[in-house]
Amino acid sequence: MEPFKKLDGLVFPLIRSNVDTDQIIPKQFLKRIERKGFGECLFYHWRFDDNGNKKQDFPLNNPKYEGASILIAGPNFGCGSSREHAPWALQDFGFKVILAPSFADIFFNNCLKNGILAVTLPEKVIASLQDKAEKEVLHLSINLEEQLIYNHQFSISFEIDEYQKHMLINGLDEIGLTLVHEEKIKNYEMSGR
Amino acid sequence: MPKTIIEKIWDQHLIHREEGKPDLLYIDLHLVHEVTSPQAFEGLRVNNRKVRRPDLTFATVDHNVSTQKSRVSTDPVSVKQMTTLEKNCEEFGIPLAGIHHPDQGIVHVIGPELGLTQPGKTIVCGDSHTSTHGAFGAIAFGIGTSEVEHVLATQTLWQRRPKTLQIKVNGRLGLGVTAKDLILAIIAKFGVDVGTGYIAEYTGEAIREMSMEERMTVCNMSIEAGARAGLISPDEKTIAFLKGRKYAPKEDFEEAAQRWLSLATDEGAKYDRTIEIDAESIEPQVTWGTNPSMCLSINDYLPVPEQLDNPEECKAAEKALQYMGLVGGAPINEIPIDYVFIGSCTNSRLKDLRDAAQVIKGHHVHENVTALVVPGSFLVKAQAEAEGLDKIFIEAGFEWRESGCSMCLAMNDDIVPAGKRCASTSNRNFEGRQGSGARTHLVSPAMAAAAAIYGKFVDVRKLSKTVLV
Repeated sequence: MEPFKKLDGLVFPLIRSNVDTDQIIPKQFLKRIERKGFGECLFYHWRFDDNGNKKQDFPLNNPKYEGASILIAGPNFGCGSSREHAPWALQDFGFKVILAPSFADIFFNNCLKNGILAVTLPEKVIASLQDKAEKEVLHLSINLEEQLIYNHQFSISFEIDEYQKHMLINGLDEIGLTLVHEEKIKNYEMSGR
Repeated sequence: MPKTIIEKIWDQHLIHREEGKPDLLYIDLHLVHEVTSPQAFEGLRVNNRKVRRPDLTFATVDHNVSTQKSRVSTDPVSVKQMTTLEKNCEEFGIPLAGIHHPDQGIVHVIGPELGLTQPGKTIVCGDSHTSTHGAFGAIAFGIGTSEVEHVLATQTLWQRRPKTLQIKVNGRLGLGVTAKDLILAIIAKFGVDVGTGYIAEYTGEAIREMSMEERMTVCNMSIEAGARAGLISPDEKTIAFLKGRKYAPKEDFEEAAQRWLSLATDEGAKYDRTIEIDAESIEPQVTWGTNPSMCLSINDYLPVPEQLDNPEECKAAEKALQYMGLVGGAPINEIPIDYVFIGSCTNSRLKDLRDAAQVIKGHHVHENVTALVVPGSFLVKAQAEAEGLDKIFIEAGFEWRESGCSMCLAMNDDIVPAGKRCASTSNRNFEGRQGSGARTHLVSPAMAAAAAIYGKFVDVRKLSKTVLV
């Protein structure tokens, strides 16, 4: 996994609550057996009509958001299905950071396992950032070490679990870490608990 | 100190705890299906790793399978995904209930049916409806593909100790009101994220009264309330269900049963949060929108967005009504439907099929409606046929299919066409869930059966008393 330390990127605001993983990546794209290439299917039915043409009313199709790498979403983002294809699609599309007032549990974990930084911020802060990103072109810098989101006008600090931070910054392979505890796992199995 | 069942199971499975880190938990049962596993197996191969405990792993095909008699999938990509699972199971030595195997079925139907699901176990699967298995007093939750790989390699998972949520159901459900109506009413009342960060335990009289199948319906939809896992303390019903099952303990069953019963939440144990609902007040439910909390009683009227106080809710309702092709203020019981789907890991067990058959018996599916029944497993299908339920459905004009996930998520050919409206016993009414542009209304099996007859939603309680269950 690629380490995540810092990022300077363009913001795309998705102003909807309870966006489920069926919307992030519809089921017809879950049949592939590879991890890559899901970006083109991201938000498929919001981005494209039945003939595969781009829908003009979906903001992500607006050229001003081209190259966005920071997604600012609404509350309970990523609810529903456990499909890891959702973070794979977001990442493959170019998103490396997701900011939201809250995330669904499984989706949040799935992001972490793929090196995507998912940060929870107060609803008011999210709303004001979304508003800015909608009205102007908003670029933000994110420094994970310092736990700061900033640009030339403002700076916001954020909370993150120490363990998650460590995993992201070092891009660690969790299985490798777990196998350090092989002896304990073996003992557990022997104990017949 | 008195403990909840959640704390008891968690502590029993703790392998390693360290300040500032999640807990490392041992996993007793890992269920695998074709959609969320191929990349995990590939990860093992790339890193030259083995499956640590194939004996604690069990696989089946369910999401993609054709429910036609021939079982032939028309989509080559689906076929490839299924054959990939077969190859992976063979390579890594994992038992597989393949498409023609008598143990095949929806992963959350066969786990309990085979007795793989047992109280006190930690159970995971790359599927969010793994919460279903909590009905037996297990901590069971959905995981992503990276975690699938982690469990395959290590039989463990790093997990933050969750908070505990008690969902207390006071009193009893009325006649014609089912477990499905209860869980929908809970989600409607408390919202789709009330359980985020928690493991839920369902308690109270109505829960104790329920059969194991009904309990599975309730726990199944815990994730629709945001809770990754939802469980119910084991009791005599749990024990009776498991006795004699294929993988349940045999000669030491009594000993296991005593151990299982001792897991129940202790008197006086504290939860981080408790929410309550009165069972008596619940009526048959119908969802009207695009998430499961957008749900009303059968005799209610659709919300009028402008009349909602919260601007967020107003916007969401407006969007949902537009997607659903509905007009605010209209009565629920006048919504015409085109499709009826009885199936899914929520409602495809024998009791569900009996409930629906009882309503449908002697009636015929409305001329505007296409209706299908998809039993949850090979075994459920066989049992239903032994009781003659298949004949009741077929004579009424239903299609009687082979087992699988089918129209719940429409990964196979069972798709609701765009703009069509389906009364479905499944668990998600998300946009496009049953097909691009399809409109889903979640209901109980009895309500779905009644809708099939009348071509619109009707209060199942108003039908002849003899059909009520």
